[in-house]
Amino acid sequence: MPAVVPTARRRSGLRISKRALPYVLSLPALLVCIGILVPFFAAVLYSFQRYRLSQPWNRQYNWGENYLNFFTDPGFWNTLRVSLVYAGSTVVLELLLGLGIALLLQKRTRLNNFISIMLLMPLMTAPALAALMWKLMTNPGFGVLSYLAGLVGLQDFRWASSPSTALFTVVLVDIWVYTPFIMILLLAGLRSLPTQPFEAAALDGVPRSFVFFRITLPMLMPYILTATLFRLLDSIQQFDIIYAMTQGGPGDTLTVFQVEAYLNFFQSTNVGRSAALLMILWVITYFLSFVFIKNWLRLRERARGEA
Amino acid sequence: MYEKEKGLIDAFVRQQVDRRELLRRLGAMGITAGAAGTLLNLAQTRAWAADFDWMAHKGKKLKLLLNKHPYADAMIANLQAFKDLTGMDVTYDVFPEDVYFDKVTAALSSGSSEYDAFMTGAYMTWTYGPAGWVTDLNEWIKDPAKTNPNYAWDDFLPGVRKSCAWNGKPGGELGSDDAKQWCIPWGFEQNNITYNKTMFDKVGATVPGNLDELLTTAAKLTKDVGGGVYGIGVRGSRSWATIHPGFLSAYANFEQKDLNVSADGKLSAAMNTPESKEFHKKWVQMIQESGPKNWSTYTWYQVGTDLGAGASAMIYDADILGYFMNGGDNKMAGQLAYAAFKANPAAKAPTPNIWIWSLAMSSYAKDKDATWYFIQWASGLDHAIFGATKMDFVNPVRQAVWKEEAFRDKLNKSYPGYVDMFDVSAPGASIKFTAQPLFFDLTTEWAATLQKMVAKEVPVDEGLDALAQSIDGQLKEAGLG
Repeated sequence: MPAVVPTARRRSGLRISKRALPYVLSLPALLVCIGILVPFFAAVLYSFQRYRLSQPWNRQYNWGENYLNFFTDPGFWNTLRVSLVYAGSTVVLELLLGLGIALLLQKRTRLNNFISIMLLMPLMTAPALAALMWKLMTNPGFGVLSYLAGLVGLQDFRWASSPSTALFTVVLVDIWVYTPFIMILLLAGLRSLPTQPFEAAALDGVPRSFVFFRITLPMLMPYILTATLFRLLDSIQQFDIIYAMTQGGPGDTLTVFQVEAYLNFFQSTNVGRSAALLMILWVITYFLSFVFIKNWLRLRERARGEA
Repeated sequence: MYEKEKGLIDAFVRQQVDRRELLRRLGAMGITAGAAGTLLNLAQTRAWAADFDWMAHKGKKLKLLLNKHPYADAMIANLQAFKDLTGMDVTYDVFPEDVYFDKVTAALSSGSSEYDAFMTGAYMTWTYGPAGWVTDLNEWIKDPAKTNPNYAWDDFLPGVRKSCAWNGKPGGELGSDDAKQWCIPWGFEQNNITYNKTMFDKVGATVPGNLDELLTTAAKLTKDVGGGVYGIGVRGSRSWATIHPGFLSAYANFEQKDLNVSADGKLSAAMNTPESKEFHKKWVQMIQESGPKNWSTYTWYQVGTDLGAGASAMIYDADILGYFMNGGDNKMAGQLAYAAFKANPAAKAPTPNIWIWSLAMSSYAKDKDATWYFIQWASGLDHAIFGATKMDFVNPVRQAVWKEEAFRDKLNKSYPGYVDMFDVSAPGASIKFTAQPLFFDLTTEWAATLQKMVAKEVPVDEGLDALAQSIDGQLKEAGLG
């Protein structure tokens, strides 16, 4: 016959002290954090090693040598330059376009709602697939864009296969894919702005440009900053569009951080250099996030009248 | 089968009757060539199974990692034969080539025992071998208890077999006496010319016999064929794969090398010699004048599909690429022909660099003996004949398959010049790269430099000097230079 366990005693077995409760509740988050931090610290460790999978006998700590080598490596400076130019140009252009489209679609009508949904289509395409699609469209033999370029006199336009136009081409693909992301965020922001300032401005007959620059834009700034932050972090880590279109070429034209790190790891099996490159990318990303979030918080406080 | 016919074919398998005599006597018995082939296959399977305990690992399971390729398709089509022969179960994962080697690297570098055997290229084993990810197969090949006496290791084309063996020393000769057999060759590609007969006839062009003629012929085709057709298709992406096909085959024909190996085993860049610069200038000129406009994005697929679609008049690339484009639903199917190519007028014969799809055994395989059973079956004569005659398993690596009348007839019928091309260039076919662990770093940089030269970003002389300097630096940093 099974022993009868008093209810009170059973309950006491599950009792967690008040002091321990916060730690227990945050345990799942801690586990997730460990899952993220272990690979991160492993990468930090690798970045301080001379570590090639094809030369296991050479594996040793070289401490900062991987990083120091970057200073004298023109390839690294090219990677840094290309990554920043790519990220800067895509974000600025997408922001301008996204804002323009959002302003055009600001008024809630059926047509505007329909167009805004349709404009989201590129965002639903995997970037690598979008890149392949554009690769076909820019094919000089049968690509529709090459044909159109020919019509306006650009007979020999080489798109992603020429060093002088490769960056332009991949930026174009990025804009096609990600402008809708900024557009939808800013559209949501525009539609949620309070109407009173705009009504007051209309009553006073304030010029539209003044309304845009002095009322709309400042009120929209938290949304703009959020969209910029997301896109900047994504753009600086761009991989799929560039790799699918050019593998980083022609020459070293498009060897952005992720492409260079990927090639270093998977093709050259140079784990140490690949990890060091990604650590630099992490520092840049962290710095950008820090600056943007700090400004975003400042704007939020100002909006609440706390600053 | 009738006893008389069975006895005759078994006698052939035992090498008591030669092929000509076999065919004559079968013909006299009223047996057609097709039926004779089937009977022969059956007899060979019996012989294959007779002297060896194929059931030694009955009930065991293997898992393979495969690239999506006609070689893998042929193996999968015949896999039931292996299962019946051994009583083993085999499962597999197939990945497209774009991601295949990433998957292999990830599986092996993590020490995963998921896959027992996998497809690889010989170049890849220069990374996998020293890293300890693949097993030296000499242990099994040389063990009569584990290898079928009819396996006929010597039947493999010597240049191909040696190309899969390396002693692990940077710059070490492939196939040397102390070399480890990192993989078993399965099928391979030589780099030669595949051309569109119709287009050549239309403009009165003849098949080029050397690099200078290749340049002029390609330019003529670009100018005269019309319709946007360009003269010559070669790869151009920023990848090692741009260097290894036509480019290196022609380069090697001028006796040029990628690296020098000193007496003490140190490596140094060898691509900035005056002869190499001269060669590069011609190659770059050829692409600028007669290559595809978006050459720098061209991989195997673009080179092949342009030829198949009639967008290019010829390619200097893998012969099997030309083979595949001459069939199926390609627009130019039936209009392609093949020619061995000797870039250097002073050279005696072509020297095609080769790509070898091979089978390797993972160091983390759960049962290596059982895995070897699969590898020796898949690289055995029986399966090679099945693949070559019933599927698209070209180019087979076994000499016996190339002697098969059914196979040669199949090629001669639909692929004009293919067999002749093979016969002429096979003796000089081997890997022309220096085996060393920085292979992918150096060849990718070489391809990137070539792209800069074609785009006129850098003059050839200057580009090659800078490339050599960079390569020397990398070799030194890795302790190889």
